[in-house]
This record gives sequence, C-alpha cells and structure tokens, in this order.
Amino acid sequence: MASNSSSDRQRIAQQRLRIIAGHLRAPVDSDSTILAAECKAQGSKTDVSSERKTVPRRRQEILKWNGWGYSDTRFLFNKKGQAEFTGKRYRLSGMIIPALQNWFEGTFGASVQHKSPAMPILTSSAVQPPTLNEAFVDELKSTGIPCSHDAEDRVFRGHGHCLHEVFALREGKVGRVPDIVVWPNCHNDVVKIVELACKHNVCLIPYGGGTSVSSALECPPEETRCIVSLDTSQMNRILWIDEKNLTAHVEAGIVGQELERLLNESGYCTGHEPDSMEFSSLGGWVATRASGMKKNIYGNIEDLVVHVKMVTPQGVIEKGCQCPRMSTGPDIHHFIMGSEGTLGVVTEVTMKIRPMPEYQKYGSVVFPNFEQGVACLREVAKQRCAPASIRLMDNEQFKFGHALKPQVSSIFTSFLDGLKKFYITKFKGFDPDRLCVATLLFEGDREKVLQHEKQVYDIAAKFGGLAAGEDNGQRGYMLTFVIAYLRDLGMDYYVIGESFETSVPWDRVLDICRNVKARIIQECKDKGVQFSPLSTCRVTQTYDAGACVYFYFAFNYRGLSDPVHVYEQVEHAAREEILANGGSLSHHHGVGKLRKEWMRETISDVGMGMLKSVKNYVDPKNIFGNRNLI
Amino acid sequence: CGSLSKDPMLKKRDDFEDILEERRNSSDLKYALRCYTPVLYKGVTPCTSSMLKSMVLQSDQLHYVINQVSKETGKATDDIKEEASAILEEMAQCLQLSTVRFFAFTLSKAFKTLFRSICVNEDGIQRLQQAIQEHPVVLLPSHRSYMDFLLMSYILYTYDVALPVIAAGMDFMGMKFVGEMLRMSGAFFIRRSFGGDKLYWALFSEYVKTMLKNGFAPVEFFLEGTRSRTSKSLTPKLGLLNIVMDPFLKGEVFDVNVVPVSISYERVLEETLYARELLGIPKPKESTSGLFKARKILSEDYGSIHVYFGQPVSVRSLAQGKVNRCQFNLVPRHIPRRPSEDIASFVNDSAYRLVRAQEENMVLKPWVLVASLLLQYHHQNQAAGQKRGIALGELTAQAVWLRDLSRQYGAFLHWPDHIPPSEVVSSSLTLHRGLYVYTLKQHKELLSQAVILLSCASYRNQALHVFVRPALLALAIHTASSNQKQEVFNSFSFLRNMFSNEFILCPGATVQDFEEACYLLVKTGALQFTQQEVLVTERGHRTLAFLSTMLDPFLQGYQVKETLCNGCVMFCVQKGGCVHNSIQRSREHLRIGLKYMEVLSSDLQKNSLAALLRLGAVRKMKG
Repeated sequence: MASNSSSDRQRIAQQRLRIIAGHLRAPVDSDSTILAAECKAQGSKTDVSSERKTVPRRRQEILKWNGWGYSDTRFLFNKKGQAEFTGKRYRLSGMIIPALQNWFEGTFGASVQHKSPAMPILTSSAVQPPTLNEAFVDELKSTGIPCSHDAEDRVFRGHGHCLHEVFALREGKVGRVPDIVVWPNCHNDVVKIVELACKHNVCLIPYGGGTSVSSALECPPEETRCIVSLDTSQMNRILWIDEKNLTAHVEAGIVGQELERLLNESGYCTGHEPDSMEFSSLGGWVATRASGMKKNIYGNIEDLVVHVKMVTPQGVIEKGCQCPRMSTGPDIHHFIMGSEGTLGVVTEVTMKIRPMPEYQKYGSVVFPNFEQGVACLREVAKQRCAPASIRLMDNEQFKFGHALKPQVSSIFTSFLDGLKKFYITKFKGFDPDRLCVATLLFEGDREKVLQHEKQVYDIAAKFGGLAAGEDNGQRGYMLTFVIAYLRDLGMDYYVIGESFETSVPWDRVLDICRNVKARIIQECKDKGVQFSPLSTCRVTQTYDAGACVYFYFAFNYRGLSDPVHVYEQVEHAAREEILANGGSLSHHHGVGKLRKEWMRETISDVGMGMLKSVKNYVDPKNIFGNRNLI
Repeated sequence: CGSLSKDPMLKKRDDFEDILEERRNSSDLKYALRCYTPVLYKGVTPCTSSMLKSMVLQSDQLHYVINQVSKETGKATDDIKEEASAILEEMAQCLQLSTVRFFAFTLSKAFKTLFRSICVNEDGIQRLQQAIQEHPVVLLPSHRSYMDFLLMSYILYTYDVALPVIAAGMDFMGMKFVGEMLRMSGAFFIRRSFGGDKLYWALFSEYVKTMLKNGFAPVEFFLEGTRSRTSKSLTPKLGLLNIVMDPFLKGEVFDVNVVPVSISYERVLEETLYARELLGIPKPKESTSGLFKARKILSEDYGSIHVYFGQPVSVRSLAQGKVNRCQFNLVPRHIPRRPSEDIASFVNDSAYRLVRAQEENMVLKPWVLVASLLLQYHHQNQAAGQKRGIALGELTAQAVWLRDLSRQYGAFLHWPDHIPPSEVVSSSLTLHRGLYVYTLKQHKELLSQAVILLSCASYRNQALHVFVRPALLALAIHTASSNQKQEVFNSFSFLRNMFSNEFILCPGATVQDFEEACYLLVKTGALQFTQQEVLVTERGHRTLAFLSTMLDPFLQGYQVKETLCNGCVMFCVQKGGCVHNSIQRSREHLRIGLKYMEVLSSDLQKNSLAALLRLGAVRKMKG
C-alpha cells in the first residue's frame, strides 16, 4: 500500500481505510492537536496488520488459549495499581487508564490486592486422549487435507467465549473436545471431508472464528463418535469482485477485518461490522444470522447475502442464479442462515459490496435520562433517518466509558473536560447519576453527512439532548472492542461477567431495560452475591418496529463456592425476564445450546417440527452433530 | 394460601406502640405543623395532581377507548374527550399537605377523646418504608369503619411515611365540604357500579395505574369493597386488585409491593348502626349534617385500636410460576382485554391470601371470647326456656379455657397476662356494658333484642377466622354418617363448599384446610386418627361442642333459607328484592320459633342465597 500514490482513487481509498482502521482499533479520546498527529501513526499501524493475511492454523500462536483476543494485548493493573492496556494493536494500547481502578473497585467491591489468576499454560494431561476413527483418519490423510490431533489445537476448538467456557479454561479444566481438527483449503476439500464423515459416521462441527457466545462450539458430552472440528480459517480468499453488480464472491472462512481490508484495497467495503469482526468469520455470520453495527446503511447479513453455497450430507445446496430477489417458494437461504452448523458447512458466499464512504463522522448526544434517550431513538427510527450507527448507553455504561478514558496529556484537556462536565451538570441541570449518552456514526458523502448530522441533532434537541462532541462518540465505539479484554481483567480479580442481547418492540424497550436490570440485581442478591452487581444496558440498533438491546452484567464472586453456577442461574433468570417482557430469545448471538430450552415457545411446536424435518432430510445421520438450535 | 406456617403458635408478631401517648403529652398544633419529609419511591417521576390527570387523558389506553366509544356511539371524539375530562375531574384526588395537617390536628383531638390508645407495630412501618422506596406500594387495610382511611393517613403522617391516595366510594362525594376535604387528603372517588361503561373503566384503571407506576403515592383501597357490618372479613372484590397487579403483569413496573394492614377496633363506632342495617333498616345517607349529628359518639369510650402493618407481599413472587407473562406479547398492551383464565384465578387466589393475611394479624380482645361464650350460653338458655344469667366465676373459667384454645390455634390475642383473669373479664364487660346487660335481660321488643344479639355476634365473628377450619371439621364429624376418614373429609368438603361465601376459605385449598384443621385438633388432643378412622377423645368433646356450636347459627341460617326457597316459588327478579322478601318470611318463621336471631341478618341471607345459587339448589328466574 503506497502512501504517496498519485492516483486519486487510491488516495481516497487510503483515507477511508484509515478511518475504518481507526474505528476498528478504537481510537482514544483526544483533543484536536493529538488527532492530527495520530493520523500518521495510524497509517503505519495499518501497514503492520496488512503483513499478516490469515489466521494461522495454530491459532494459539497469536491468540489467547484461555481468554479473548490477541496474546499480546491485555489489560492489567501495574505495580502502582494503575490500569494499562498492553500491546500495539489498538489505539488504547500502551496507555495508562487512571480512572479504571477506582471505578473497578467501587463498582464491584473488588480490590486489586485480591487476585484470582488463571492457569498460565494448558497441561496436556487435562485433555482426554482423542477418540479416533482410524478408517476416517486414514482416508482423510490420503486426501492431503491438513489435520491435527494435537491437544492444544483440539482444546482451542472445543469452546466459544461464554463465561463458563472461559472460566473453565482459566482453571485448566477441559471437558469433551474435538478429537481431530481439519483445515480444508477450499470448497472441494469440504465436499471431500463431508463425504468421508458420512461414510465413516463421524461427527462434524464447523468452526469459523470461535467467537460464539451460545455454547454452540461445545462438544455434546453424550457424543460417542469421533468428533471432527472443521476449521474454515484457511478458506479466506476473495474469489472475485463484480463491480457491475457490486458483489464479491468470498470463501466463508475469511474473518471480518480481513474481508474489509481486502475489499478496501479495491475501494469497496461490505459495511458489515459486528462487534466481533476482528475474529468472527463470514461463514459464522451466515450460520448465526449476524448483525453489524452499521446495518442501518448496509443491512444485516440476510440483506447482504446474494448467494450461499453450503455442503451438506445430502450434497451441495445453492441457488442457480445470483438474483436480487426471487419468488420461488420459501427462500432456501433462510434454512441456511441461522442453521448454526446443524445442516452443513457454508463454504462460499456472494455478498453485496459498496464503494467506500467518502466521509465518516462520530458524534454523541447527552440526554438528561434514559427515557428521553429512548424516546429520541424511537423518533429517529420513525423518521427513518438513523445514522450508520446509533447507540444509547445507560448511565452506568456512560460512567464505565468514562472510567476508560486514557491519561490526558495536557492540563488544558483536563480543564476542558471539567468545563464540559460543569456545563452539563450544573448549567443544564443534568443529574450525573441519571444522564445517559447516545453515540453516533455518520457515513456517506461529506455534504450529506453534515446535513444528516444536523437532522439528527435537531431531533435530539427536542428530547432534551445536547450534542456532546465526537470524542465521546468515539470512546463509545472503542468500548465495543475492548470490553471482551476487560472481562479477562475482571476475571483476574474475582469479577465475572457477560453480555447478552435481545430485540424488542419499541413500546417495551424501557420496560425490558428496567426489569431485566432489576431482575439481575435481585437474583444476585437472592443467590448470595455479596456486592451489588454491575447491571447495565444499551440500545444498539434501531428498526422500524423495535430495537436491539444489549445487557452487560458482572459481579464480584468472592465468597461464592460455585460462581459459574450462580452466574448461569442469574443469566437464566434474566433471559426468562426478557421473554416475559416481550423480548426475543436472541437478536444476533443465536441459540446454540445455551438457549435451546426456549426454542419451542419461541417458534411454536409446528415451527420446531419444520426445522426438525429439514434436519432429518438434510442430515439423517446427524453428521453435523453439534446439537445446536433444536 | 400455602404460606401459612404449619404451627400457628409459632407465628412471629411485632410489638405495638401507642401513638396517642405522645399526643397526650405534647402540642397537637406543633405536631400538625411539623416538618414532613417522607421517603419516596426511588424511581419516582415527580409530578403534580393535575399533571397526573393530563397523563391519563393523553395515554394510549384512553385514546384507544375514546376512539372505540366514538365508533360505537357515533359521538365526536372531542365530545367524548370532554366527557372523559369531566369524569376525571369528578374522580381525581388533589392531595394537599395543608389539608392533611388540618386533619392531623383535628383527628388528634377527636382520637384522644374517643380512644384509649392507637397501637401500631413500628417494625411494620419500617418494612413499609423500605417497601415504598423499592417498588410501588399498594396498601390494603381491612375495612370495619369509616374511620379506617383517615386513621391510616393519620398514622402514616405520624411516622413520616408517604401519604397514600385512597379509592373511596362516591357516597362521600355527596357530603358537602367534607367530600372536598377528603379529596384534598388523598381520596379519589369511584362510582359504586359502572359495569358496562368502557370509558369510565378505562379512565379509572388508567388513573390508578398512572399513580402507581410513577410512584406518585402508595395506592390504598379496601379489598373487601365495603365496610364489613359483621366484623367477618368479606369476600374480596377483585376489580381494583386486578388494576394494581396489571402494571406488573404487563412488565410496566418490576414489582408491586402489597401491604395488608389489619385494623382491629375494640369497639367500632358504627356498632349499633351495623346491626340495624343488617336487619334491613337502610343505612343513613352520608351527609355532613349527619356527621355533625353523630358527634354525640364523642362522649363514649371506644377502647383502643390496633393497627398491624403486615409483611409486604411482592406481586412478582406471588405470580411466580402461576402466570405466564408472555401472554401479553402478541397484542399491544394498551388495548383493553379480559383477563385470561390464569390471571383471573391468580388474582382471585391472591385476594384470598391477602384477606387471610389481614385476618391473621387482627388483634382479638378478651371481649371477643367473652362475647362468643355469652352468645352460646344465651342460646342454650333460650332453648331450655331458662332466663338466668351466668356467674362471673364460671364465665371467667370458660374464658380462660377459650383463651388457651385460641392461642393454640394461633389467634393474635391481646389478653393481659399480668392481670387476674376475673378482672380481665369484668373490665371487658364494663366497656361493652351496653350490650351484655340487655343480653341477659330478655328484652321484650324483638327488633332491639336482635340488634343486641347481632352486635354481640359481630364480636364473636372477629374470632371466626381462628376457629373456622377446626369448626368445619367438628361439624363435619358431627354430620358425617360414620367415623371413616373419607366420610369425614367428604362432609368437611361439602360444608366448606357451602360456606365458601360466608367465610374466607381460599379457593381450591380444601385439602390444605382439612389438614390444617386435623393438625390443630390433634395437636390440642381433641382428635385421634387411626389408619381409617377419626376418633373424638374424652376431653375433645368440649372443644368440638364449642366449635360446632359456633357455626350453628350459620348452619341454621342456610337451612332456613333452603326451606324457604323450597317452600315458595320465587317471583322476584332482583336479588335485592328477593332478600327483602325472604327477610319478611324469616320474620314469619321467627314467630314459629327460631333459635338464632342471626338468621335475620341480611348478610347471612345474602351469602346463603348466593351459596344456594352457586350450588344449583336455587335458580334465578326471569319474568
């Protein structure tokens, strides 16, 4: 990527790339002088990441085996008790976060003196020896498709990122894991593997980015056959780009950031940015009906997919054309999307692409309270003028975001911060314990963005909202990417937590937020949690008829004999509360095995029967035996 | 009703404190003007009474109903809106602290003359305060007197607890000036019946819900719907309970705390008034002049009042596992719908449970036991044709026996143990001199005799909830064709079913009630159980005789009703007319010789008719 290209298009492309990469790497809050300096540093960082093209077969080389994300990146409390974010990958990397310790200790009643460290390395003796189907392995080896039954490889693919999964790993506990891992390189490899699996009756579990939070990757303990984890990570090429139709044909193992990076090089993007996009894969998105942050412009995965190829035990399923819409009976894509690996492996996808946006702008609005904020979001949705992303954080999360402010470099900045705070709380009379903030991201051509921005701020003003600057907006989106790292920090100090989501009609948004948060607090109390938990939410997506709500929940587990069990009971109760308040079982995380018990009431008996009959036809021998969904 | 502990003796109850004591020792004016800063609901949205009204008028619920009514009647929506606004004006409270202060002052004066003490459990107040802070609160006091809601507000003001808004009958509105005073002290007025009026119902329910959801104030109403003239708890009315539970069931609030409050009067102000009403003399219309005339009661001694604030009950925990809240997911919540079957039965069960919670904490005075004994004695004498009194010594001995029995059954009895029993008995006789003197002289005139007997019966009724289950069992043993356990149960079940309009018997809890009764009688050594049979022990006869005699008047009432109904074809269309008719007939019967005056009570007659209708023994005919 030449930085001094004369080509106009390349120049624009690079600018976009910077913006997107910047957003990806969660830029820090800063004043304008720092911002100017940052642009360069960011460019060079982007170059670094472009050297690495794929997720390696041995994922553990760059990723944590018992926590979230890159091995070199983590939060820690240094000797002075100050929080630090290590590594070089993110904007926040290498920075001190002075307020975090106070927030952490104050919110959870935890102490940086009380550590609960994880087991540093995996002892192979903890891993059951593999149950190998020799005939299958022999035939597989003869095809030349790489495979491994190394303990580390197997353990890595036996879990997602649910709290109980990571907690067990930190304690060095390993349950049933796949017996063998295979790395197909292309669609045909997958066809061969599935054929062999059917022939030898082994169980196949597709594995993409491993970011599942629904226990979808857990191996069913009752499975006695040899379990083969089919890791799609090596199928990561863009096979072609069709600029006439604005589509790209991509192998399903590609991870989000890689897909965007490669498309950006040609001046395009998909605009699909789920919070997990650093690690999650295209195939995984299709299999779970993923949703992206900027769906307001680009749509969710079901809007983006034009064509899908999936290998099933019955053969390959795909449509015979790449048409924008068809009236040909029920859309077979909807059997595939959300099938969660129970029917087959998605190998190739044709996706819509868009030219990269010319201009991007963050923004934020402070509201006197959450109710006003929700009313504003509802109005924005009603007028169908939602920016690329609009999210409303509640008061607790606003404070959380503030605790993540890195050390400011000048007295002037901190003075400005103080002034801002004074203006909002004293002059405008906002109660610091009630106010909440909406973060915004606008995208498009410059003129339209500015126009759009004005429209949204005008609506916000009607609901008592005050524009609160770009920094707050950026920091909000930064939280998205570092929150999972923060969970690992909490787990180092007796704090466990998780997020979960739902979608809900507009008239119930406030009720569900209040009731679910209160239920979490009450359940924690009832279950003997000593210190009141962090129970917070945000509205992350708006639709015509409703919104997506995200809950974060964490507590200090000192004094509990079985913290994970308590955690699971509370999460279970919270989900019941969600359903009782008219929320959905899931907006985009999927069902997996974690939420299976509620499927029947969610889609009715007949609905279950339909899904089961499809499964019975496509996979009568239950080769894709992860037992998700139904 | 499953929450009751197995052994009623073990029930923990708080201590009382007399709030009048301080009133007697310090300035009432200072008290009325003191600083009042109650703790509020943590999620309160501050608003005024007039804002509340506009919130109601602008609600989705009301818009929907207004449009619906407009479509049905062809009236313009604006006209209906105006109508709605007028109804709301008539209904709404406008709580003002100054009025409350006025009441605090005048009531202090009045209470001090009328009552010896007003005792309140302070722990209960503290629990209430906590509950108010956490969730919207509904106060459910028992209803025995017009005094009840003034007394409640008075107590809450005294303890610096948030003042409630109170659902009051429209009757009070008729009282010039007083009605408005009550409105300013937090009362809102509802018509007694508005069955088909959609608009009224929507306004009313939305008004109550809005106040509750916003944490404007605790909402207070009487589960029994009206004052119990018999001192027996009345079958709960479900309308308001349905309304206050609705916000929880629809997820509009996280929880609602319901606080049963038991107000026990040693002597109710309306004592003789009630007995007359029961005998068919219409109640005087509420009027300011009437109130003024009634001031003569100020010269009498009404003993003490005990107010017990019960354990707050979380509607969420009541509903746990009984109601599927998902049923509201598929229709917009503002569209009015009939409650589903599970909700209807949940609300009904909860209502019974709450009334029982009220009953449980009703304080019983020694007089209640004495009255029960005197009544039984009187009837026995009458049957034997004798006309003599009972020796104080004998009465005391019997009262002590009954005291111990009722304690074992879990009664909340206030018997001063440090005073010799004979003094306790005689002092309670003194307070109620008006009643027993006449009881013992046989009065010539039938009506006034009945008034006195019914007044006495109302004291006995205060203790009924303690004895009713064992008494039903005693009666069942008495009437069962054999000692077989199954026979006894069948007979118990029949009696319980028959009397379910009469006493607070939780629906569907027959087995539980039977077990509870068996447990109590076995525990006190009155019964023994073998594999198959139920045996009455030697010393059990006395207990069983007492218990079944207690229900005798009711039994006879139902029998009379039945014979009456069998004997004549009913031409009456209206139930009211029918009751009136049968009262006259009972009077005729009385000439033939009826053992119990209580049979004349319109309450008993209404209940028995309802029971007979329910059991299909009688049919209502039109035309």
